[in-house]
Amino acid sequence: MAKVHVTTTINGEPMEFLCEPSDTMLDALRGTLNLTGSKEGCASGDCGACSITLDDRLVCSCLMLAVESEGHEIRTIEGMAQGDRLHPLQQKFLEMAALQCGICTSGMLVASDALLKKNPDPSEEEVRFWLAGNLCRCTGYDKIVRAVMETAAEMRAQ
Amino acid sequence: MNLVTNNKWIGQRTIRPDGMDKVTGRAQFAADTTMPGMIWGKVLRSPHPHARIRSINTAKAEALPGVKAVVTSKDIVDFPIEKGAVMLGIQDMRWMCRNVMARDKALFPGHPVAAVAATTEAIAAEACKLIEVDYEVLPWSIEIDDAIKSDAPILHEFNKFDGKPSNIAGRLEHKKGDIADGFKKADVVIERTFTTRPVHQGYIEPHACLISVAPDGKTTIWSSSQGQFMVRAMTSMLTGIPQSDIRAIPAEIGGGFGGKTIVYLEPLATLLAKKSGRPVKMVMTREEVMRATGPTSGSKSTVKIGATKDGKIVAAHGTFYLQAGAFPGSPIRGAAGCSFTPYDIPNLLSEGFDVCSNRSKVAAYRAPGAPIGAYAVECVMDEVAERLKMDPLDFRLKNAAREGTKAAHGPVFPRIGYVETVEAARSSPHYAAPLGDGQGKLRGRGTASGFWFNAGGESSAQVNITEDGNVVVTTGHPDIGGSRAGIANICAELLGIDYRRVSVIIGDTQTVGFSNLTGGSRVLFASSMVVTQSTEKIIQTLRERAAKIWEIDPEAVKWEDGAAHPVSPNAGQFEPLTLQQLAEKAPAMGGPIGAGVQLNTQGADGGFGTHVCDVEIDVDLGIARVIRYTAVQDVGRAIHPGYVEGQLQGGVAQGIGWALNEEYIYTKEGKVDNPGFLDYRMPVCSDLPMLDCILVEIPNPKHPQGVKGVGEVPLVPVMAAVANAIYNALGKRFYALPMSPPKVLEVLEAPTREAAE
Repeated sequence: MAKVHVTTTINGEPMEFLCEPSDTMLDALRGTLNLTGSKEGCASGDCGACSITLDDRLVCSCLMLAVESEGHEIRTIEGMAQGDRLHPLQQKFLEMAALQCGICTSGMLVASDALLKKNPDPSEEEVRFWLAGNLCRCTGYDKIVRAVMETAAEMRAQ
Repeated sequence: MNLVTNNKWIGQRTIRPDGMDKVTGRAQFAADTTMPGMIWGKVLRSPHPHARIRSINTAKAEALPGVKAVVTSKDIVDFPIEKGAVMLGIQDMRWMCRNVMARDKALFPGHPVAAVAATTEAIAAEACKLIEVDYEVLPWSIEIDDAIKSDAPILHEFNKFDGKPSNIAGRLEHKKGDIADGFKKADVVIERTFTTRPVHQGYIEPHACLISVAPDGKTTIWSSSQGQFMVRAMTSMLTGIPQSDIRAIPAEIGGGFGGKTIVYLEPLATLLAKKSGRPVKMVMTREEVMRATGPTSGSKSTVKIGATKDGKIVAAHGTFYLQAGAFPGSPIRGAAGCSFTPYDIPNLLSEGFDVCSNRSKVAAYRAPGAPIGAYAVECVMDEVAERLKMDPLDFRLKNAAREGTKAAHGPVFPRIGYVETVEAARSSPHYAAPLGDGQGKLRGRGTASGFWFNAGGESSAQVNITEDGNVVVTTGHPDIGGSRAGIANICAELLGIDYRRVSVIIGDTQTVGFSNLTGGSRVLFASSMVVTQSTEKIIQTLRERAAKIWEIDPEAVKWEDGAAHPVSPNAGQFEPLTLQQLAEKAPAMGGPIGAGVQLNTQGADGGFGTHVCDVEIDVDLGIARVIRYTAVQDVGRAIHPGYVEGQLQGGVAQGIGWALNEEYIYTKEGKVDNPGFLDYRMPVCSDLPMLDCILVEIPNPKHPQGVKGVGEVPLVPVMAAVANAIYNALGKRFYALPMSPPKVLEVLEAPTREAAE
């Protein structure tokens, strides 16, 4: 089967690529586009390690076809820092030890960023339910939830 | 003891050296690596729990366009069973060669029978379907009770127990005193039987590797594992390529928890790469991870504890049957050896039985075996305390192991911190707080303790001073939970420089000396010993260099705050020489500055923890939730408190999953029915409360910084703490895990029954 040509925007940059019609967005990101920050933990939308945003909507890139990005705007972990300036969530995750092995971290950060854009003042319960689609097996979530809430507080104060 | 005090970096929550790469998506995990000309490998797996392999025909697969190589067990080095054990660490290569590829028999659904490499993943998968395997399907058993029946189908005919072919592959016991005598002195005796289900380690990163074999046999492996040296040694033994020709590069590891202490894909990818002449990448699907790797054992344990009216335990007997899976080697040592160890029990018999059955071979899981045993022992401890009308923590204190107590598994304890963990739990704000009103939901509180051996063993480090006067530390244990952060703190502390000037990396097998795998809670204990000794050698060199420059005796030079100083004005009046200055002068003053140390580290004291758990039970839905949790642990010395807490919190979360939801469910056909994260329900963020930690620091006198292993203890007490809390809430005991909603409802809806089975 012939490959499909896709024109999209990734992390603010116009991008064109070829993919199989059956390729997931995650396949395209990790393969052709060489953006391996998004991880594959399950390929079934259960672990959230592949979280990206599609026009500011949080999605699991393993559940989305690559061709569906045509004409849309994709953001991944690679687009989160501005040059050498980390996003406040990234900085807080480092300071508060909110990561251990790091395999869930990309997805956690992308999902947390999407939360704070929607809800700059989330309660602990709101953070926990928003991140319920992002599995972490190392941390028990404690430091992740604290980091998200503290970042939110700091961002509101600015 | 040579403890560093007045610390600037030890005990500080510094930024981990690998953190920046991980928050920006740069970190290279095993599946993130590619090579020019790379092709893809896939594994054909047995659909049967137990089947003799009569023949395998790979001709059609090999003829498929795009297929570059096919391997079967014929290509794997055989370790014949009759020739006896060939051990690598705790793994017998006779089983390992049969686990990576079935030989005469397939022993579980998911057991590899062949592997294919092709230009795309899709072609490799298609080729697997073209391989014809002629199976003679055999009867099978998975559950312990079925596997130990006298007429059970036998997995390994050579294995005998009590003189007859059996699935019981081994027994060990720890014994102290005479239990028959001991139980005679008891006023209260309680005996209970418990079962637990197999649970998976649940790392989010599936197993993956990329392997290149050059025509001269030189092999490069990028893989996710808990030990690059284990990968090198096992791959060498299973492929016949000498270790000196295999460079195993440790990728960042996306979780392991013990499950990545053996190889699955590496020998297959190496052989495929060798046959095809192309680099081969293999990545497991989540389903493959669930079917064919890990998990830990399901179990059946019987525990009997006898105590006098005044609360002294006089005798205890534990019998722990653990599933090994397809090959011998379940963690009976952890179950039988750890479960009673928090207590000073004069008469004790603790027995473990290793039971083979038709499921995947167990892999280590965080304090292997110990949580299974502790679940049974700590639940009975709770019952005995209740019968004696004693507070459960007071009962534990009264029987606590202390300095001088002889543990049944051998050692006489040095200064240990168990008592302190119980006291800290008892005086914690959590233990004093009222349970509060559940507003229709039932609340309860439970406690439990746990022990893990901890480990030392082989470790190597190289510490080099860069030409600009900074530091690069190379160690050999994959960093699974923040060890690089701890090592940076220690090295910076010793050198008296900012921790950001210390870069810590994990070397590959050909660039750093042998280091045992990341397991047994050994890593920071062992690597900080070799890093400390290396750094001390460097400091000695730096003092000698300054002495040479000042033309005084090296003994008259001290190292402080990152610079050489004269020890006193008597030694001479000199401006301090900083690390940068000495590095700059190095070429003229004797050459590069660096030191390496390799040790078989000793003195890893065991670790103890005591946990307090509050649950709330929705009696309409049968859902038990943990609403408050405090983990207390003697951590020796918290070099980086953030990552020490992280170990405690992570262990607790895994234990809560094990207690409340996680289990392997099998179909009637003997296949795992829930091989994915939707149906194998690990705790998600909304399932858990904050997880409080109390770090008790009783320094390990045999370690330069007082370090004790911390990673595994936190899983040991959890299931019992949750179970005891549920009993406290409901007044009904569960003797089986998980205590999932259907099982809780069953008990709630059967009010006359004493307990759930």
